[in-house]
Amino acid sequence: MASLDDLKKRIASVKSTQKITKAMKMVAAAKLRRAQESAEKGRPYSEKMNNVILNLSNGISDKENAPKLLSGTGQEKTHLCVVMTSDRGLCGGFNSNIIKKAKSYFVKILDEGKELKIITVGSKGNDQLKRVYGDKIIENISFKESKNANYFDADKVGKMVIEKFEAGEFDVCTIFYNQFKNVITQIPQAQQIIPLNNEGEENSSEESYEFEPDEDEILSNLLPKNISTQIFKAMLENSASEQGSRMSAMDNATRNAGEMVDKLTIEYNRSRQAAITKELIEIISGAESL
Amino acid sequence: MSEEFKVEIVNPEKCFLVKDDVSEVVVPAFEGEMGILKDHISIISFLKPGIIKVLSKSGDENYYVEDGIVEFKNNNLSILTSTIFNLADMDKSKQQDLLKQAEEEANKTDINDQSKFLADQKVEVLKTLN
Repeated sequence: MASLDDLKKRIASVKSTQKITKAMKMVAAAKLRRAQESAEKGRPYSEKMNNVILNLSNGISDKENAPKLLSGTGQEKTHLCVVMTSDRGLCGGFNSNIIKKAKSYFVKILDEGKELKIITVGSKGNDQLKRVYGDKIIENISFKESKNANYFDADKVGKMVIEKFEAGEFDVCTIFYNQFKNVITQIPQAQQIIPLNNEGEENSSEESYEFEPDEDEILSNLLPKNISTQIFKAMLENSASEQGSRMSAMDNATRNAGEMVDKLTIEYNRSRQAAITKELIEIISGAESL
Repeated sequence: MSEEFKVEIVNPEKCFLVKDDVSEVVVPAFEGEMGILKDHISIISFLKPGIIKVLSKSGDENYYVEDGIVEFKNNNLSILTSTIFNLADMDKSKQQDLLKQAEEEANKTDINDQSKFLADQKVEVLKTLN
């Protein structure tokens, strides 16, 4: 059994860990509120954008000559996966969930004999993926400097993706991120952004629009913007999810530390009492023998 | 019948402006300025750098935008833009900053015609503000 001194030290160390996790939880909770707010505020933009594109693509007469970003290159040989994770750890299963989802997709792609390229956004994803898929990672981006997700960063990623697409480096692009549902649940998502996937969405309106300039021109201008918008949406959802996940992870950690302190305190008190009892017995038996 | 309709200006971060008592909106569409009144036909168009004028009972407002998309449907005007400033909140130094940026962009030699055109537009609009 550990000595009294050791126990005392352990209790102290667990207590200080608990203080840290508690502080992290508070910070995450404060940040979560902001992140959640901006995720919710950002939704109208991407929804509207989607709507406009939907209306446009329905209105397009010549489907054969539609922009490649909408209809795809006609083949599915090379897949580009944009895996979006956080830059910081200690957020529970947040990063691992995305990675798990992404990895199962990678396996599927590779099994089908297709080519795989990966862009990682956020350093944690890169750390986890480079061991197995190191040779597939073509780009690694991280926005450690920017405090909050902003559109400017998303645009940078979007432009890069489009550049690569236009250079014919890939045919299909999928982004991986965590969708924020509530504080304890985040759902890892795989969303295909090139070619645009409108499956399952009903024709929202039969109304015809007037276009100025014509559809093709609008579409070819709009689609790259949509890519950035979708990436931005993913970034917002991700940052809210990260804080939520961190908050619940830290909450658990704080609780576990509390339990541990209780257990250790009991053990400490027991050994202290045992020591006293032992001393008493020694004294009494010593006195009796006289 | 009232001659008012609803306008929503959205940027990626949030709903920038929502108003439902608007009588007219003038947007700098790609092929020229366009005034939108109630019961306009459904339209989708692009914005070039310029000034959006929102005319309503509660007062007129002017916004500077650099790009965007307008969609008008069922008396709902949505404007999606990534860069927007309320002219009332924009002071001289901010304008100068933007102008400087735009001029720098316009003076680049390695950009294509379209971005050159957009940058020139920006410079022009910002100069008229000053």
